[in-house]
Amino acid sequence: MKQGQFTILENTALTGRVSRLRLGGDVSAIVRPGQFVDLRLEGFFLRRPFSVCDRDDASFLLLYERVGRGTELLSALPPGRTLDVLTGLGNGFDPEHGGDAPLLIAGGTGLSPLYGLAKALLKRGKSPTAILGFNTASEVFFEEDFAALGIETLVCTADGSRGLPGFVTAAMDRRHTGFYACGPEAMLRAVCETSPMPGELSFDQRMGCGFGACMGCTVLTKKGPLRVCRDGPVLDREDVLWAD
Amino acid sequence: MGRLSVSLCGIGLDNPVIPASGTFGYGYEFAELYDINCLGTFSFKGTTLHSRPGNPLPRIAETASGMLNAVGLQNPGVDRVISEELPKLAECFHKPVIANVSGFSVEEYAEVCRRFDAQPQVGWLEVNVSCPNVHDGGMSFGTEPKAAAEVTRAVRAVTSKPVIMKLSPNVTDIVAVAKACEDAGADALSLINTLMGMRIDLRTRRPVLANRTGGLSGPAVFPVALRMVWQVSQAVRIPVIGLGGIQSAEDVIEMMLAGASAVQVGAANLVNPCTCRDIIRALPGTMDRLQINTLQEIIGGSHGQ
Ligand SMILES: Cc1cc2nc3c(=O)[nH]c(=O)nc-3n(C[C@H](O)[C@H](O)[C@H](O)COP(=O)(O)OP(=O)(O)OC[C@H]3O[C@@H](n4cnc5c(N)ncnc54)[C@H](O)[C@@H]3O)c2cc1C
Ligand SMILES: Cc1cc2nc3c(=O)[nH]c(=O)nc-3n(C[C@H](O)[C@H](O)[C@H](O)COP(=O)(O)O)c2cc1C
Ligand code: FES
Repeated sequence: MKQGQFTILENTALTGRVSRLRLGGDVSAIVRPGQFVDLRLEGFFLRRPFSVCDRDDASFLLLYERVGRGTELLSALPPGRTLDVLTGLGNGFDPEHGGDAPLLIAGGTGLSPLYGLAKALLKRGKSPTAILGFNTASEVFFEEDFAALGIETLVCTADGSRGLPGFVTAAMDRRHTGFYACGPEAMLRAVCETSPMPGELSFDQRMGCGFGACMGCTVLTKKGPLRVCRDGPVLDREDVLWAD
Repeated sequence: MGRLSVSLCGIGLDNPVIPASGTFGYGYEFAELYDINCLGTFSFKGTTLHSRPGNPLPRIAETASGMLNAVGLQNPGVDRVISEELPKLAECFHKPVIANVSGFSVEEYAEVCRRFDAQPQVGWLEVNVSCPNVHDGGMSFGTEPKAAAEVTRAVRAVTSKPVIMKLSPNVTDIVAVAKACEDAGADALSLINTLMGMRIDLRTRRPVLANRTGGLSGPAVFPVALRMVWQVSQAVRIPVIGLGGIQSAEDVIEMMLAGASAVQVGAANLVNPCTCRDIIRALPGTMDRLQINTLQEIIGGSHGQ
C-alpha cells in the first residue's frame, strides 16, 4: 500500500453511465491485476474504491460507473486536477489459478480488472476467452479493447439487444481450464453454480478503510473471517460460503 | 520531558496522540506506511473472551462529515490476541499498548482483563462499556452508573495495571456515569465512544446497515465529544482521554484545553492512514503559533472560563 497524489490525465465518458479515468503518479505499489485503489473526493468523508483496469510505468486506468454522488462528482473533474489515492490495495488475481485456457467472466464494470488480467495472462502464454455481460446494447463498452488484445470476446445482453441473449452463464458451455469472474454477487454465484471449474471471484463490499484496519468488510469464508479489502477482493471459489 | 510529552496514569507518553480502538487494527497495516513508534501509544481492537464473527454486512455507511459503523466487536478472542497478535505487534511497536476490552457480563470483562494483566506489553486496560453495536451487552453497562461501577470494581480487583473506563455518549448524564466509575476505582476515563445513528437507502427504503443502527464517528461528533470532555474533566479528579472527531493538531489542542490529558484519533485513520503521524509532526509548529510551551500546561486550560 502507498498513499500519493495523482494527476487526472484523462476523464471521459464511454457510455451514458461509464467513464474512463487515467491517473498519473507513483504506480509502484500496484503489482497484480485485480488490486484496487481508494480515491479521496472533496466533500466526502470516506474514500471510493475502484479496481485497476490497466497500468503502465507512470499511470493507471480506472473504469467507473456513475451510480451516486461521489461518482457524479468524479465525472466532473477535469484533467490536471490532483487526487489523493491509496494504491496497491487488495490481493489481486493469481494468473496460474485458471489454467492455460481460462474464462474471464464480467458483469458490467466488473470487466475492469479482468482487462488487466487478460494482458497478464497473455504475457504468460495463456489463452483466455472473455465473456462480457451487460443489460442492454447501449451499455456495452470495452468490447473492442478486449478484442484488440487478440482474445476471443463474447458479449451477452440480458435483453438480447446485442450478442448472445441472456446472462453470462449462457456463454459458458464450452471447455475451459478455469475462470476469473467479477460482477454482481448474484452473477458470481450463478457462475459457480454453472461450472465446477477452478475459479477466482472478485467481490465488492462497502468499505471503511480499504486496507484492513476497521473490519468493516469482513465476510465469513471456509477459511474463517476474511477482510474483502485486504485478504480479498479476490477469493478462491472453494473458500466462499454463500448466504442462504 | 519533551514539549509534547504527557503522563497517563503514571506512564509517560512521548506525545498525547493515541489511535482509537477499532480504527487501527493491531497496527501492522499502518506500520507499512510509517514507523508507528512515533505514537504516544495505541488502543487495539476491542477484545472479548471468545472469538466473535461480528455483524452481517454492510457494516459501514457514510454520513455528512463522518461515518456509521456496526462492526459488532469482531475479534479472535483474548487467547488468540495474546498468542498471535501481541507477538506480531511486538515486532513493530516497542511501547506499552492499551488493551481494549469488551464483554457481555461483568464476569467476562473481569476474565479478559485478568488474562491481559499478565501481559508485559499491555500498559493500560481500556474497558469499553459503550459499544452500541452489539445486542444485550456492551453499551448497557455504560448507560447505568451502577452497572458501570460494577464492571469497574470487578476489573479493578483482577489487575494491577491502570484501568481506563471508556464511556458512552448515548446517555442523558455522562457526568453521573463518570463519577460512578471514579468512585469504583477507575484510574482514568476515555470518552466518547460512537453516537448511535442510522441511514436509510432511498431506493430500497431499507436501513443501509444490516444491523439497522450503527455508531456515528468522525468530525461530525467533535463538538459533542468536546462538550462531554469539558463537563466530565471538571467533575472528576482522574485523567480524561478525549476522543471523537479529532483530525488535526488544532483539534488536539482544543480537546486538551477542554480538559483531556491525552487524545485518541479514530475514524480519521481510516480515511488518511497517516493522520496520527501528520498530527504529531504538526503539533510543535501549531503550538508555536499559539504560544504554547508544553502540552502538559494547557490541559483543562478553558476551565472556569
Ligand atoms: C474492491 C472494489 C472495487 C470496485 N471497482 C469498481 C470499478 O472498477 N468500477 C466501478 O464503477 N465501481 C467499482 N466499485 C464500486 C464503487 O466503489 C462504488 O460504485 C462507488 O463507491 C460509489 O460511490 P458513490 O459516491 O457514487 O455512490 P453512493 O451510493 O453515493 O456512495 C455512498 C457510500 O456507499 C459506498 N458504495 C456505494 N456503492 C458501493 C459499491 N457498489 N461497492 C462498494 N461501496 C459502495 C460508497 O463508497 C460510499 O461510501 C468497486 C468497489 C469495490 C469494493
Ligand atoms: C470501525 C470502528 C470500529 C470501532 N471499534 C471499537 C472497539 O472495538 N472498541 C471501542 O472501544 N471503540 C471502538 N470504536 C470507537 C472508536 O474507538 C471511537 O471511540 C469513536 O469512533 C470516536 O472517535 P472518532 O470520531 O475519532 O472515530 C470503533 C470505531 C470505528 C469507526
Ligand atoms: S474496509 Fe476496513 S478492514 Fe476492510
